[in-house]
Parts: sequence; structure tokens; C-alpha cells
Amino acid sequence: MGEDQDPDDQGALAPLEDYRPPEGVADELLRPDGTLRPVWKPMIAHLAARTPDQIAQDFARGDLYLQDAGVYYRQYTGDGSTMRDWPLSHIPVIIGEEEWQTLAEGIEQRAELLERTLADLYGPADLVKRGLLPPQLIARNPEWLRPMVGVKPRSGHFLHAVAFEIGRSPDGSWLVLGDRTQAPSGSGFALENRMATLRVFNELYPDANVQRLAGFFRSFRDRLTQLRGPEQGQVAILTPGQHTDTYFEHAYIARYLGFLLLESEDLVAVDGTLMVRTIGGLEPVSVLWRRLDSRFADPLELDENSAIGTPGMVGTVRSGAVTMLNCLGSGVLEARALMAFLPRISEALLGEKLKLPNIATWWCGQPSERTYVADNLERMMIGPALSTDLPFDIDSSTALGGRFRDNAKASVKEWLEKNGGGLVGQEAVTLSTTPAMIDGRLEPRPMVVRVFALRTQDGWTVMPGGYARIGRTEDPTALAMQDGGSVADVWVVSDKKVEPDTLSGQSEGPFIRRMPGRLPARAADNLFWLGRYVERADFTARTLRAYHLRLEDHDVTPVPVFDRLHGFLEGRGYSLIHPMPDLFIDLLDRARGCAAKVRDRFSDDGWYALDELDGAARDLAPSLEAGDSAGRALSLLLRKLAGFAGLVNDNMFRFSGWRFMTMGRALERGVQISDLLAEFAERGAPQGSFDAALEIGDSVMTHRRRYSVETNRNTVMDLLALDPENPRSVVFQTAVLRDQQAALPRRRRSTQLTLPERRILKLHTQLSVATPDDLDRATLDEISAAFQSISDALHSEYMG
Amino acid sequence: MLYDVTLGVRYSYDPPAGAARMHLRMIPGSGAAQRVLSGTLVITPGPDFRRDRADFFGNALTEIAFHAPIDGVEFTFTGRIERHDLPRVMDLSCPLSALRREMNEIASIAPEAPHHFLAASERVSPAPTITAYARALTAQGQSTLNVVETISQALHRDITFDSTATDVTTDPVEAFANRRGVCQDISHIMIAALRGVGVPAGYVSGFLRTEPPEGETRLAGADAMHAWVRAWCGHEMGWIEIDPTNNMLAGTDHISVAFGRDYADVAPVKGSLRSSGLHNSGHSVDVVPVEEQSGTDKGQTRAGSP
Repeated sequence: MGEDQDPDDQGALAPLEDYRPPEGVADELLRPDGTLRPVWKPMIAHLAARTPDQIAQDFARGDLYLQDAGVYYRQYTGDGSTMRDWPLSHIPVIIGEEEWQTLAEGIEQRAELLERTLADLYGPADLVKRGLLPPQLIARNPEWLRPMVGVKPRSGHFLHAVAFEIGRSPDGSWLVLGDRTQAPSGSGFALENRMATLRVFNELYPDANVQRLAGFFRSFRDRLTQLRGPEQGQVAILTPGQHTDTYFEHAYIARYLGFLLLESEDLVAVDGTLMVRTIGGLEPVSVLWRRLDSRFADPLELDENSAIGTPGMVGTVRSGAVTMLNCLGSGVLEARALMAFLPRISEALLGEKLKLPNIATWWCGQPSERTYVADNLERMMIGPALSTDLPFDIDSSTALGGRFRDNAKASVKEWLEKNGGGLVGQEAVTLSTTPAMIDGRLEPRPMVVRVFALRTQDGWTVMPGGYARIGRTEDPTALAMQDGGSVADVWVVSDKKVEPDTLSGQSEGPFIRRMPGRLPARAADNLFWLGRYVERADFTARTLRAYHLRLEDHDVTPVPVFDRLHGFLEGRGYSLIHPMPDLFIDLLDRARGCAAKVRDRFSDDGWYALDELDGAARDLAPSLEAGDSAGRALSLLLRKLAGFAGLVNDNMFRFSGWRFMTMGRALERGVQISDLLAEFAERGAPQGSFDAALEIGDSVMTHRRRYSVETNRNTVMDLLALDPENPRSVVFQTAVLRDQQAALPRRRRSTQLTLPERRILKLHTQLSVATPDDLDRATLDEISAAFQSISDALHSEYMG
Repeated sequence: MLYDVTLGVRYSYDPPAGAARMHLRMIPGSGAAQRVLSGTLVITPGPDFRRDRADFFGNALTEIAFHAPIDGVEFTFTGRIERHDLPRVMDLSCPLSALRREMNEIASIAPEAPHHFLAASERVSPAPTITAYARALTAQGQSTLNVVETISQALHRDITFDSTATDVTTDPVEAFANRRGVCQDISHIMIAALRGVGVPAGYVSGFLRTEPPEGETRLAGADAMHAWVRAWCGHEMGWIEIDPTNNMLAGTDHISVAFGRDYADVAPVKGSLRSSGLHNSGHSVDVVPVEEQSGTDKGQTRAGSP
């Protein structure tokens, strides 16, 4: 804001001035006569009262939240994927409560219709027998899973969590564009969009009577907990893993709801029951919210090429040991062609017409439908009948308005004649527009909304809000984020006062402190190695710094210890051709990689600190010069590493996960310091070695305070190996291992020592009774190896 | 014909394999063409978990699991099976050009419905080279059965039986390109060919009589589990079974075990195990006609059969 300007003169935004929706479409903001819809009035008044600068600041608050929360998406290009900022369109889509209510009734009806259809397809298949569904569309559908035929879900229901992509047609009515029954994503992203948007509109939101989302998730969480059978096992979310583009959401929802986040390798089928491998042994899983496509769930009974499935999982569902939601095979309903038949199926199964129509669809396997599509090519999108893509996801296999996008194919009519049974025609969509802020002005952009319905104790419940996708241009076929589209929050606005509500609960009364589920073995493994890599990075950074700080002196007059430092680093694979060796950066990548696999167990701050550290090292590396400047850069990284360690120790709850990370650090430190002493505290080490050891062992100050004599081999050995009070000493690490391990859950009820207990106790005792004279290079090598054997024992006891 | 059948499959693992879980399809079923009088599947060592049930297509499926690592496992099926000599029927199949219409009239997705057998399946996807080959063999007005027999004959002529050219995972397109393979490859190629010209086709696993009757030559594929093809020839004629490896309709020498869209649906042993080392396998089949006198008192033998 200019200092000498009156704020009033600066010109607040005139939001509606240039806002002109295209002809022939509905607009969310303006009525057909160009007047403002009443639900938007508070928003427009709010925007009108703010200067462009203020609005920019508001938006920045939302963006900052998303950055801090680590919300990103993966952009897929020809050669891999990159992480991009979350493309939030800050202006929410606003819909009145009354209209929403009507919409929700249509959604509930449709969810119920899909449930009954699915029950039929995996049961008697009467719909096919009665001619309401062509057999080809089911028998040829790769998502109709034959092993699931005849399997009744334990919960009594096939569907529990569904989503619908809806759009508004030019006459103002809503239309379903696609059914999402496989493992719909987006509800977690909708929550994040809400978190960001309420920060953008922190003044408007509290009084805007926007319906809250938390209650919706709470009732679903309660439902999932109720669905556990007599075995009262875990409730878990099954993710394909961190390389899937919706992994962030899986981790987010798992944390938000307090459920385990599992990958297939965490699970094992044991005689008809589904178990999770935890650090305390196998534990039953009762409810699995599947975010993995069905076909990949079990290589034994489903897709035999799946590398991400659990062999025998289908058997556990068949035996009724686990409630899977949605049921395996639920994706069969996503095929476009089914929409051609749902209106009649609704009348047959529910005795009702569809309250919420879907996009007009004609399956070209039927002669009259095929003819109709061929006669109306201009207003048709024609594509594969069993495709699960949404109508506006147009690719090279789709013909729009009688032409192919890539012009490579012959005539569309010929295509229809030849492949009729494999094709559907769908009426080309004309989507409504909604305001997006573009270069400081509101502009109309096409949109679709994904709405979510979850089955709760009271039946289907529709989330009062949604996940809107906004087109980059006015072209309705460019909605996908991959094409530069953006996403927005959806506000359902009530006439009445809406009370705030969050999942953490405002309710009064008694509570139960829920004990967290046992830590999955794979998560323990990742946390353990995260600890090891971070510690190894710390040690390596100190060693590299010691090397660089001596480099310039060494060039003038040879420093005796310099060659030993050089040899020590090179011997461990840290090539000093680059001041910051690739292998060192690789360590940070690995630490970050481990953390990425356990995002659900990590605070955002901790994750962010690590992410920043990795980024900083990568940024610094290319321009670094050997010597003092490299030394300074390493000091910076060491401070960031210390920051990460501090965050973890201050903020991480003392669950088993923290213990594994702590043990990983202690173990690695034990190895590194033993190796350091073997090299730099041996008798006859070159001059300056003892000081280098103290420096790398971060114990210079302590040494000065503790020993009145000159640095000598025995004082160094005493302080860095045997002093139980020094958190850098080797014996200290064995005490940490002993204490942390003792606090872990035991697999067996037995007074016998476990293998890791035996090995830790032995090493701890050896170090406790040793004197500096006992420790020569050979002994230190043995100690280093003993730490490795403790690592192996911990793995086989807890992490296998 | 009455047969005594023995199927033995052995695996050995070095080092031992852990977490073994397997699906076995080794037990023949009864149907129009055959009747199982007795049969047992013995597994050594005894698994920690076993469940017998039918799969989607009605095949007998045995699920087993071992909790502790095993250094080997052996499956032995022994049974007595009566193979009926079905009369060679007239060609009641519809013209190939009418097959699609006849199929569309079948409003069913039950296991026998032809709709399952026209689309790509796990091991057999549409292949332009094979489709072109098959198309060149069809003529206008040809009956479906005639098309099926023509393709079988052509494959028998063009594909060399060669047990060294392929393995259990070979893609039919590759086997076809090399014009070599075993019964599994030849059956897969034929399934791709039939589907390519619009004939629903599936895969049958089974046994062949080991030693031929006097004066006849031994059939190819009799030493191990055999495979042939089922093809749907229209509403009137339904499914027929044909053995392209020997270019003959399945007859009294063929005993079927399991039926599906391709090998993936009927593999005798499907499994997952944690194994880092070698695994060797052995496999033997014996199908021996029962002497006349032991087969005469059929009423008694049948009393105990399913």
C-alpha cells in the first residue's frame, strides 16, 4: 500500500464489473438475467471491501497453509513425475442449503441404487437375465472380478464410500457425469481445500454459515469402528504406497481419523484371517478401507502380475474375517456404459425414477442406439464403453463432435459400425461456470464438483461440501489438473446460524484415551532407518567439515591429520571430487525417502524440516567451493539437522515409532563413533587426530571442561567411548538402546531375554567395565560389528 | 473307458521357502463327458491350512498354506475316472456370421455363458498377427464348427511341437511368431485365433491316455498335463472341445480337469512364496485303462461316487 495514498482512493475491487459468463451456459454466481445469486452476496460484498493488495495477502495465507501442510500433487510428464504446488482456486463454489438438500437426496438415491446393482452383479445377476444390463458389459469388464461372485460382505453392504462427479447443465439442473465406486479419492483433499480457504477468508468464514465437514467424517469414523467383528481388530486404510498420486490424501485421512495406514506388504493372510505385521507380532485387521484398485489386491486370486497385493486377501474376505470397503470388484460400476442403463435399473430395483439424472449415454452395442449416435455425431462424445474416465477426460480414443482429436483415425461412423459393442456415445457436456480470480479479476471458468457419500449408521450421508475442479480456460475439456486446471472448496451455505465443529470434538463428558494401534513392522523399519540415515548424515557432515576446515591450511603447510581424514572419507565412499559428495546428498534423500513412507506418523513440521534440509543440500552443492566455504555450508546443514532432531524430540509422542527412530540414531552413532575412534584414537595416529576425533564427536567443549590435561589418547577414548554421561559416547548409545528396547511391547510372555536384549546387554556390559587401555583398533572394530548385529537382531525381532 | 489316473507334481526349494500359499486345480470334475468315480489329492508335507471349494467356473480348487518354511512339497492326485464315448454329433453350429447375434441372445453371465470368452483375458489378448492368420482361413458362409476345425488343422500343420522353445509364461504372440511351442502355447494361440474371428474360446487342462490302444500312435502331450480348447459354436451346438496339438476333437482319450479363459484360470499350481533360491519341479502323469473285468461291475463302483 502506498504511504501517501488514502486507502479509499486506492480502489477496492469491483468484483462483478467485467464478469461475463459465456452464452448458453449456467453460471454459479449470476442468474440468467445477470443479477447476483443471493448466496454469493456476502462473498461479493467481502471482496468488494478489500483492496487488491489485501486480497493478495489473503490468498497468500491459504497458499502458505498448503505449503506448510506439505500438500502437493504429482505432475506426470513423459519422463516421470514431479511434485507441484497445490493449485487452489481461492474463491470457493457457493451453493445454497436448500438446493444442496435436493441434490443430496438424489445422491443418496443413486448410492443406494449402485449398492443394489452391485449386490445383483455379485449375486444372482438378475439384471442381466431380465435384459436390464447387456451381459457383455459385465463379462468383458476387467473390474468385474469372478472370484468375488457369490461372496457376501460381512457388513451386509458392498458399498460404503462413493463419490459422484456432477456438473450443472445449461438449464440449471445438476447431472451426474461419473460414478466413483472403486476407491474414490478427494474427500481428504476437500478437507485440505477447506482448511486453506478458511484461512483465506478468515474474516468472512466464521459468520458465513458454511456447513462444516467434521461431523461427516466423525460419523464415518464411528461407523468404521463399529464395523469391527468379534475379533475387535484394527481399522486400517490400505494404500498402494507413496508413489501413487493420492498418497498424500491417504496419509492425511489416516492421521485425521486415527486409523492405521497400511500397504499390502504390511498384511498377511493367515488361515482365513487378515493380519497386520506389527512390532508386537501379528494382529487381526477387522476393517480395511481400500484405496488400492481391487484387481491389484491379491496376486493369487486376482491379477497375478500385481506386485502390490497381499496373497490370500480374497480368501479372508470370503471367509468373512474382514470388512472391506468398498468390496473387492466395486469398480465394475464405474464403466461409462452403465449409465445408459441406470435409469431403467432404478425403476426396476427401487421402483423410482432417478432423482438426479446422469449424462445422456447410449451404448452402441444396440442397433437403434448406435444409429442414434451415428445420426447425432455433432453433439456426441464417443469413447470406449468400459472406460472409467470422466466424460471431459478426452484423450486420443475419444471422438468429439464427429471428429477424433488426433485426426489419425478413419471415419467415426465406420468405427461405430465395427466396434459398436465396445463404444458409448455421451452427450457433449456443457458445464456451468463459476468465478475464479485471474490476474486480480473474477472470471467465469467451467467447473465440475465431486461429491462424497459415506454409509454411516443412519444410512447414506452426503458430505455438505465437495471438491470442485475449475478449468484453466473456458474450454470445458481442460479441467484436469494435469492440463493446468485448479481445485476449489465448495461451500454449502445455510440461512441459519451454523455452529463451529471439528473432528477433535467439542463434546463434553467422559472420554477414553485410545491407545494407538500397534506399530506396523514396516513403519518401524522406516523410522529406524530414518534415524540411522539422519545420524549418518550428521556424522558425515561433521567429518566433511573437519576435512574442509583443514584444507586451506594444508595447502600452505601439510597438516598431518589431513590425509587421514581424506582417506577415512574416501574409504567410506565419499568421493571428494565434489566438496559435497553425491553419496552425502544421497543419505539425505534416503532419510527423506524413509520419512515419506511414514508420512502419517510424522508431524508436518518434522517432515518439512527434513524436506528443507534435503533441498538446502541440493541447492548448496553445485556452487560450493572446497575449503572454508564448504565448511560454512556444512555448518548450516548441521544446524538444520539439529533442528530436525529437536523437533522430533520435542514434538513426537513417545509411541513405539519414536523409540525406533531413537534406536536407529543411537545404533548409528555407536557404529560411527567406534569407527572414528578406531581410526583417530589409535596409538600412533598422526598429529591432530585426537582433536579431530573430539571435533567430529562434538565433544571439544566437554573435553576442555572435564580434563585438566592436554588431549591424549586416553582422555579421548574415555570421553567418546566410555563416559556414560556424554550423549555422544559409545556406551551412552548402548544405554539408549537398552532403555528404548525395554519399553517396546513384547511378543512373547517369557522371562528369557530376547536376542536383541542379549546382544545389547552384552555390549553395554563390555563397555561399562572397559578402560581406555582395553580399546584398541581390533576391539573397536568388534564393537562396531556388535552394533550391526544388534541392528540385525532388532530387525528379526520387530521389523521382519 | 475307465481309467486310473495318477498325477504327481513336486517342487523343491533350496533354501527353504517361507509363507507358501497355493491354489491347486488338480482334481477332475464330473460332467457330461466324464464321471469321477473316486479321487483324492494328497499333499506332502501336510499343509497347515487346506480348504476345498469350487471356483467361478466350477472347477475344484484346493487352497493350502504352510506356516513354516518348507524345502519341498509334493502333490499327488489319484483317481478312477469313467470317460464316456460321446457320439460324434452332426454339425449343428450356426454360420460364423450369425454367431455374434446368437451370442447376444444369451442373457446370462453364468460360468457357461459365452460372453466370458471373447474379450482379452490375463494370458490371451487380441493379437493382430494371429487374427490375420485366422481370418485368412475363414470363408463366407462357413459354419462355426468348420472354422474351429480349420484353425485347429492349420495350427497342427504350422506349429511345431517343441518343449524347449517356450516356458509356462510364454506369450502366445511370441510362440506364434516362432511357430513353436507345447500344448499350452498351441491352445493359447488357437484361443486368440478364435476370439479374433469372433468365436468365444476357452482353455481346458487335463490328461491324455498315456499309452495308445494297440496299433495307434502315442498322442503328443501324454507325459504331462495336457491342454486343449473349448469353443462355442452357437446356441444349438454349444461348447465343443478340440485338441489342436493332436488336431482332433476331444474324445475318450481326453480327461478334463479344469476349464477357464486361459491358463491363468486353470493353472494346476498357483502360488506365492518367499523364496530366494532355486526351485526345481517335477511333474508326471499316468492314465491307464482299467482292465475290463474290474470295470464291469459299474453299479457298485458308482455307489460311492459323488
